[in-house]
Amino acid sequence: MSSAAAIESVETARTVKPGSRAWRRFCRHRLALFGIAAIVLMVLASVVGPWLIPFDQLKIDIRHRFAPPPWEGHLFGTDMLGRDLLVRLLMAGRISLSIGFLAMIVSTAFGTFIGVTAGYYGGAIRVALMRFVDAMLCFPSIFLLLILAAFIQPSVATITLIIAATSWMEVARVVEGQVRSLRERDFILAAEMIGAPGRYVMLRELLPNAIGPIVVAATLTVARAVLMEAYVSFLGYGIQAPMASWGNMLNNAQQYLGSAPWLAIFPGLMITLSVASFNFVGDGLRDALDARLDLR
Amino acid sequence: MSTGDIVLEVENLSVTFATESGPLQAVRDVSFTLRAGETLALVGESGSGKSVTSLAIMRLTPPAPLVTLAGSVLFTGADGERRDLLALDLDGMRAVRGNEISMIFQEPMTSLNPVHRIGDQIAEAITFHERVSNRVALARAAELLDKVGIPDARRRLSAYPHHLSGGMRQRVMIAMALACNPRVLIADEPTTALDVTVQAQILELMKELQQATGMAVIFVTHNLGVVAEVADRVMVMYAGAIVEKGGVVPVMTRPLMPYTQGLLHSVPRLDPESLGRDTLEAIPGSVPDPLSLPPGCSFAPRCRHVRPACEAAVPALEAADDDHDVRCRRWRKLAEAGA
Repeated sequence: MSSAAAIESVETARTVKPGSRAWRRFCRHRLALFGIAAIVLMVLASVVGPWLIPFDQLKIDIRHRFAPPPWEGHLFGTDMLGRDLLVRLLMAGRISLSIGFLAMIVSTAFGTFIGVTAGYYGGAIRVALMRFVDAMLCFPSIFLLLILAAFIQPSVATITLIIAATSWMEVARVVEGQVRSLRERDFILAAEMIGAPGRYVMLRELLPNAIGPIVVAATLTVARAVLMEAYVSFLGYGIQAPMASWGNMLNNAQQYLGSAPWLAIFPGLMITLSVASFNFVGDGLRDALDARLDLR
Repeated sequence: MSTGDIVLEVENLSVTFATESGPLQAVRDVSFTLRAGETLALVGESGSGKSVTSLAIMRLTPPAPLVTLAGSVLFTGADGERRDLLALDLDGMRAVRGNEISMIFQEPMTSLNPVHRIGDQIAEAITFHERVSNRVALARAAELLDKVGIPDARRRLSAYPHHLSGGMRQRVMIAMALACNPRVLIADEPTTALDVTVQAQILELMKELQQATGMAVIFVTHNLGVVAEVADRVMVMYAGAIVEKGGVVPVMTRPLMPYTQGLLHSVPRLDPESLGRDTLEAIPGSVPDPLSLPPGCSFAPRCRHVRPACEAAVPALEAADDDHDVRCRRWRKLAEAGA
C-alpha cells in the first residue's frame, strides 16, 4: 500500500457522525427544547430588537411617563422617565445575558483547570486545591459578591469577574471527581504506556471524557450567573443607571409597584424565563449525555 | 531461536508499596535477562507479582511515596546504548515508553479511549516519538491496522472503539504498541479476556509480528497452555519472588519446584486417557499475605514435601542445570524420588 493512496482513503473515510443518539435523547426532552427556543429567541431579540424599535433606550419623554402597555407604539409601556420599556428590556437583556454567558465561560474555564489539575496530579496538590474549593464554598456567596461589588467600580467586566469568582467551585468539584475516576481507567495507563506527556493526558485523554458533566454544569452556571447579576444590580451594586439590566430595572420599579406594576413584571418575567430556560436545557443535557440510558 | 543480543537485563528488582499496615514488598529481588527475538513467559497466580514486575519495568507503577522501586532495569536501546530505566527522569522514560518498550494490557475493552477514533489513537503513538505530520502518521496507522489483520484497515481508522469487538480492539492495542517498532513488548495477559478462538488468533499474530520484527516479548500469563505455545523461556513467580526459571522445555517437562509441579498438575487435560477419569489436583491453600510472609520458603505452608528446614530460612535460587534455576532446598531429593 502506498502512503499517498492511504492518505487519500483516510480522508474519505472520516465521515462517521457521532453524538446523534444524544441529540435524539435531548429532543425527547420537551422542556429542554422549549428552553433552547426561549434562549435563542431572547438572544436574537436582544441583539437585533433594539434596532427595530423606533425608540432610544435613554430618550426621556416627560409627557408620556408611566404609560401603561400597550400605549401608542410603546408595546410594554414606559417607565418613570417616559423611556420605552421594551427597548430598555432588550438592552438590559444584552447586558444580563452577556454577563451570564461570560461569567459561565470564565468560571467553567477556571473551574475545569482547577478540577483537572487536582484530579490528575492528586496527592498534596489535590488536597490543597480542593480544600480551597471547599473554603470558597463556605462563603455565603451573595455577601461575598456584595462586598466585592461595593469595593470595585461596577462595570460589565468587573461584575462578570465577580460572579465568575463565586461560581467556579461547582465546576471544579464536578471535574475533579470525573478526572479522578477516569484517571484509574486502563486507557489512561495505555496512553502513558505509549509515552504520552502529562499535558496530553490531561487535555486529550481526560478532558474529552469529562465533557458531558462540564457542559451540564456550565449551562446551570449561566442560569446562576443571570440570577446573581440580578441580585447584585437589584441591590444597587451592579450595573449602574442609566445603563439597564434586568436587576436594576426591578430595583427602579419597586417604588411604583402599586401604580405601575408592569415596570416590575416584565423584567421579573425575563429573569424567570431566562433562568428557567437555562435550567431546563441543563436538565435536558444531563439526560442526553448520561451514557447509562444507552444501555436500555 | 533465542540467540539475539541482550536487550533487557533486570537485576534485583524490588517493588515496595507503602500501605497503612506498613511496607508491602510485592516484588522481591527479581533478576532476569531478555534477548532480542526471545519470548519470556512470566507465570504465576493472581497476586504473585507478575503484573507489578511488568509495570515496574515500564515505570508505570504509582509514583514514589506510594511505590518504591529498587534494583536496576538495564535496557539496551536501538542505538546500542545501555541505560538504567529506573534511573531515567520522567521525560527520558516517556521517550522510551511506546517507542522502545511497549505494553499491551489484559482488558482490550477498556484500554482504548472511548472518545477518540482508533486511527487517531494509533497515530498519536507515532507522533509522540517521531516528527511526522498527522497525515503521514494516519497513513502509517492504516498500515499497522493492516499488519495486525484488521480487514479494510483504512476505513477502520475512523471507527470508534465501541464499534469493534474485543479481539479487534486487542489487535488495535497491538498496533498501537507496535507503532514505533519497539525492541521489547510486554504483554500483560493479552488473551485472558478473549474467546478461545480469538486467543489463538492473537497468539498467532503476536508470533508472526515477533518473527517479522525480531522484538523480545515478555508474556505475562497464568495460562500454562499459552506458555507452552509461545514461550522460549519461563519464569515462575510466587509471592513476589522467582521460584523457578529456565527454558520452556525443561521447566514444563521436568519441573523441579513443587509449586511449578502443582501448577502443571492443575491444568485440565484433554487427552483421551484422562477424559472423565483424571481429577484435577489443586494446590491446597492460597497465596500468603505479602504483609506477613512465612520466615522460610514462602511456599512451605502449601507444600506437600515440606520439612522443618524449609520453614527456617528462605532458600536461594540455585542453578540446577544449564539455564534452569530453582528456589527449593529439596529439589535434588525430590528429583531423585520423582525420577
